[in-house]
Amino acid sequence: MRFIHEYRDRELVVRIAEKANEFLESLGREVKIMEVCGTHTMAVARHGLKALFKDSLDLISGPGCPICVTPDSGFSMVFQAAEKGKAVLVFGDMMRVPLNGRSLLSLKGEGLDVRVIYSPYDALKIAEREPGKEFVMAGIGFETTSPLFASTILQCVNRGIRNLRLISLFKLIPPALNKLLEADDLEIDGMILPGHVSTIIGIKPYVELVEKHSIPAVIAGFEPVDIVEAIYMILKQLVENRREVENEYSRTVRYEGNVKAIRIMREVFKPVDSEWRGLGLIGESGLALRKEYAYFDAVEEYGLKPVETVKPKGCLCGEVVRGSKKPFECSLYKKVCRPDNPVGPCMVSSEGTCAAYFYADSGNE
Amino acid sequence: MNGRIVLEHGAGGRLMHELIKEISTRINVASRGVDKAVFRTPNGKIAFTTDSFVMKPPVIKGCDIGMLSVNGTVNDLVTMGAKPEYLSLSLIIEEGLERDFLMRIIESIREASEKARVKIVTGDIKVVEKGGCDKIFINTSGIGKVYRGVVSSTLNAKPGDVIIVTGSIGDHGAAVLAARGEFQFEVDVSSDCAPLTSVLETLVKKKVIFHTLIDPTRGGLATSLNEVAESSRVAIEVEEESIPVKEEVQGFCEVLGIEPFYLGCEGRLVIFTPEDYADRAVRSLKNLEVSRDACVIGRVLGKSKKGEVKIKTRSGGLRSLPMLQGIPLPRIC
Repeated sequence: MRFIHEYRDRELVVRIAEKANEFLESLGREVKIMEVCGTHTMAVARHGLKALFKDSLDLISGPGCPICVTPDSGFSMVFQAAEKGKAVLVFGDMMRVPLNGRSLLSLKGEGLDVRVIYSPYDALKIAEREPGKEFVMAGIGFETTSPLFASTILQCVNRGIRNLRLISLFKLIPPALNKLLEADDLEIDGMILPGHVSTIIGIKPYVELVEKHSIPAVIAGFEPVDIVEAIYMILKQLVENRREVENEYSRTVRYEGNVKAIRIMREVFKPVDSEWRGLGLIGESGLALRKEYAYFDAVEEYGLKPVETVKPKGCLCGEVVRGSKKPFECSLYKKVCRPDNPVGPCMVSSEGTCAAYFYADSGNE
Repeated sequence: MNGRIVLEHGAGGRLMHELIKEISTRINVASRGVDKAVFRTPNGKIAFTTDSFVMKPPVIKGCDIGMLSVNGTVNDLVTMGAKPEYLSLSLIIEEGLERDFLMRIIESIREASEKARVKIVTGDIKVVEKGGCDKIFINTSGIGKVYRGVVSSTLNAKPGDVIIVTGSIGDHGAAVLAARGEFQFEVDVSSDCAPLTSVLETLVKKKVIFHTLIDPTRGGLATSLNEVAESSRVAIEVEEESIPVKEEVQGFCEVLGIEPFYLGCEGRLVIFTPEDYADRAVRSLKNLEVSRDACVIGRVLGKSKKGEVKIKTRSGGLRSLPMLQGIPLPRIC
């Protein structure tokens, strides 16, 4: 299959991995590489890539799973909207997020109106089709997702759709990486940067980050060849004592990014301080609707209040999100916490670190 | 979350298996396989099974609920090593259903039962008020005669067994998802729904010994392999590259972030056979239309207390392939 099979070519993958292993050999120490993006974590798992490298390579999953980094207080507002009788529109990943022993799936079972959408444009169509009903979209995601929602809001304005509103829980990746790299307890030797996010924001935002923290970083695609090559490139930088941003995903990522998407995002949203699970409050790391679009703010309109929740006993999602603990260090992992009975959000999403480990625990424990 | 039945209890994954286990313990089901029973009679062994069919939408490309309700039960009997003979047919119909539509479903039931060479010998109709069900629900039960000397059970897979699948996987699951029209792209996939009567017949005729037959319906190939691994307490390894997946199904899965190993099939059989018989089995199955893409996808490596399934990935890695966990939900980005 074009654009798939050539990037999964076994011979090529194995050949690059062998070269990477030579670098590992010559470095002669443990090397910790963080894959920032949850889709990378899942791809590593799904293709069994860890098995290709020497044990001295440690892959650490970063904060790049939207469901995982969203704090419970954010989810609680989505639950409230449903309880207040609004029709809640969410991506499939959200259905199983556990909150005080309930989930959107169970709310749906109780008869509340919770629907899965595949794109915010679906929300537009649904709201137009059912004008008598009030709809609330859960805005969860990174720079990949927020421009789509921004464009949806603009469409609502243009088409006069007034029954669709948004809970904006969007997050921005570069500020989170900065916070992560400032932390004392986390030593990483290199970063695989997210391919999709970078397609939108481009390479520029990383340049300063990499200079400031002096760390090799490579933007990568999501197929096995991409990921293995990114690891190779990071190791090569370490061997050659370079610290820079490189772009492995040049088939889609441009230096300036997707200018139009950035413009639409900035038109509708403004950066605000935002709370991340595991990382705490990070300055200008979230997005809120600008006052010109305040009409669409479900939080204001319906008086939604973030509710503090009790963290499930033993759950290490916060530590897993920041990469300081591995899923199998959690006493709940696989025993109580499973994809169909998740205790914390990292086991929920297909991009969640714990879910990825669950699906691919081949000899890493 | 434990107080109510959720959709996932019917999705074919772990929750469903646990619910079935709980129910069958409470009512003392006198059979290990639960949805399959085999009786000894003076004239040989008789297989008995039942299944209910709900399909949303009830008509998809290459299949409708009528065809599925015949083939589903027929194929269950086949996995028990039986030649399907008699079916019952119960219809639960929603008030207001168009008569033409019902007759179209009945016509596919007639066609499917002819093709599978089974006789429908008893049946029932109930009509419920609008909203009481979704258009039409169907239950069929089936009786078949177990071939002499054949023992097929998920408990029976043995180290050294070669695993054969009779064709591409995930077609039916993808066709159902595509027919729901919730996506903004077109997928041209036909369901693989078909009776597997001739597959079993061929295996028996060619004197192929087999230990386990399983049809990877709900939960897909991955879930079926895990069922066998757990029941037979063996370790299974399959090769991603050998597992036949149609290009359009693979592409569909890539976009949604799901794996074809978890999409159901309705016309495929997974066969566990000793190595010496594998070649003969594949060669003779390739001559049948329904199994012309039959191939070896892996083998049973050895004993394993917990039962495990691993997959060698296309790019040379190795990972576990667990049972379906809940309903596969599309991802965020």
